[in-house]
Amino acid sequence: MNALGLYNYWIVIFLMMTGFYVVIASGNLVKKIIGLNLFQASVFILYISAGKVSGGSAPILREGIESYSNPLPHVLILTAIVVGVATTALGLALVVRIREAYGTAEEDEIHRQDESL
Amino acid sequence: MILNQLPALQVTLPLIAAPLCLLLRSGRAAWLLCVTVSTIALGIALLLLDEALEKGLIVYDFGGWAAPWGIEYRVDVVNAFVLMIVSGISTSVLLFARISAASEIDDDRQSLFYTAWLLCLTGLLGMAITGDAFNLFVFLEISSLSSYVLIAMGPDRRALTASYQYLIMGTIGATFILIAVGLLYLVTGTLNMADLAGRIPDLADNRTLRAAFAFLTVGMGLKLALFPLHLWLPNAYTYAPSAVTAFLAATATKVAVYALARFMFSVFGTAFAFDSMPLQLILVVLGTAAVLSGSTIAIFQHNVKRMLAYSSVAQIGYLMLGLSLATAAGLTATLVHLFNHALMKGGLFLAVGCMAYRLGTTRLADLAGIGFRMPWTTAAFVIGGLSLIGLPLTAGFISKWVLVQAVLENGWWPLVVVIVVGALLAVIYIWRIVETAYFRTVSEGRDDFVEAPLALLLPTWLLIGANIYFGIHTDLSLNVARLAADFLTGG
Repeated sequence: MNALGLYNYWIVIFLMMTGFYVVIASGNLVKKIIGLNLFQASVFILYISAGKVSGGSAPILREGIESYSNPLPHVLILTAIVVGVATTALGLALVVRIREAYGTAEEDEIHRQDESL
Repeated sequence: MILNQLPALQVTLPLIAAPLCLLLRSGRAAWLLCVTVSTIALGIALLLLDEALEKGLIVYDFGGWAAPWGIEYRVDVVNAFVLMIVSGISTSVLLFARISAASEIDDDRQSLFYTAWLLCLTGLLGMAITGDAFNLFVFLEISSLSSYVLIAMGPDRRALTASYQYLIMGTIGATFILIAVGLLYLVTGTLNMADLAGRIPDLADNRTLRAAFAFLTVGMGLKLALFPLHLWLPNAYTYAPSAVTAFLAATATKVAVYALARFMFSVFGTAFAFDSMPLQLILVVLGTAAVLSGSTIAIFQHNVKRMLAYSSVAQIGYLMLGLSLATAAGLTATLVHLFNHALMKGGLFLAVGCMAYRLGTTRLADLAGIGFRMPWTTAAFVIGGLSLIGLPLTAGFISKWVLVQAVLENGWWPLVVVIVVGALLAVIYIWRIVETAYFRTVSEGRDDFVEAPLALLLPTWLLIGANIYFGIHTDLSLNVARLAADFLTGG
């Protein structure tokens, strides 16, 4: 299989690096959460790609079907998606509380306020 | 019959109690439920440890589905020991939490606080007991998410930013672990740890497997605050409520260390971790850097909680040095220090919690003359500090002694120098507090405080007393750690 045939894995790497970059480089707390989401989404695609069997059908028992995709990674990633949703919700809730306490969601401004204490 | 279900009850009991706790409107009732459940969890952990010492291995198949299809819980001496540490610390800190948390957290949030506590306990116990790699990730996230909530409940607004910072770094760490588990599954086709251990030796040169190991080490390194991935830790420990700091400092990083050790020794095996991968070099260098830099930075802190947090970074360095030896003796040192450090940091943070309760601050300058106003609290802190330094007759001495012996067994004498220098640096930062507490006079306008209430002193002295007890009687700590280390390295 050539490198282009594995395009879904290239998407995984691209999304992962984009997300990671946004988390590190962005000074806005909400944007950081979005970056974190991209980062996690890349792992979801990694798992889902891994479950695909070439020529395999959906894993439902039917007559005349011999080859099935592997359902286990899909089930696993369903759990991880739920974890990701919970993390995002908690992260955003924290940003709301931070904005209430500091009046801003920019990292630099928060640092400045903490240092002036 | 119920005795067969103990491994499941260990985790499900706090999990089921958590939503019940949420339904209780009164903070006091929630606390009572939380303490009861935590005490029962401790009882179960002790029974499991007893059984594991007798039988060697307890396997529990969830729902009757045999591994590797179902999820199995495997209890051996190693994780029974960790279960005991986690539930024991949780119970003793909870005794402290009622008054301390009431002073730091609003009344209408009390039951939420104990709900998050129970979920955190569930996650930590689950991480320790499970025999399934993906299950470990799920429990890791349960404990992490609830600990973000617990930290954000701190009285200062900086608790929010500390919690946010921890959330970002912790999620990256957990996602790295998720990637590692995914790659492991891609290569081996199984998630069961025992099953993985059987299939990995044939794949030692597989690049995906190496990537999985690297992701796992970095992810766990973030969770256990391995230098230089510790940046979330000082703020999180400083601004969290006192009881939460004591609980997390004594258990959360420890369980992550256990999980790393489990993957290194049981799943990947020492041959893969140390021969195929350069883990030894990494752990020695980062462990040494953690001990020296953590202790040095601790000296220059103006806040006692932050100082102890940096000292935790240093202590994690010792744990890593023990792991890096890749011998049974080194692993014994790590496991016994896991136990002893939980006792000393738990005790120290509770003593600081007593001070925070009376003074409303943990700034070093505000603690002037505290030794005469709060003699019992300060005495507890000093004994805990001596244990941290590693003076004979304290638990800390046992840790250091075993670690030095293990290092010398490998002939790595420069590391002995590192350990001794680390202890000397600890003398300096502990001395700064002793000096402030006993040799300075109470600052003006701050002379209205008295000794902490008995309900706070008792749990503090329980842990501090344990530091002395386990410095003399090492049956439970050292001997069990030795058995556990032999189990991990031998089979």
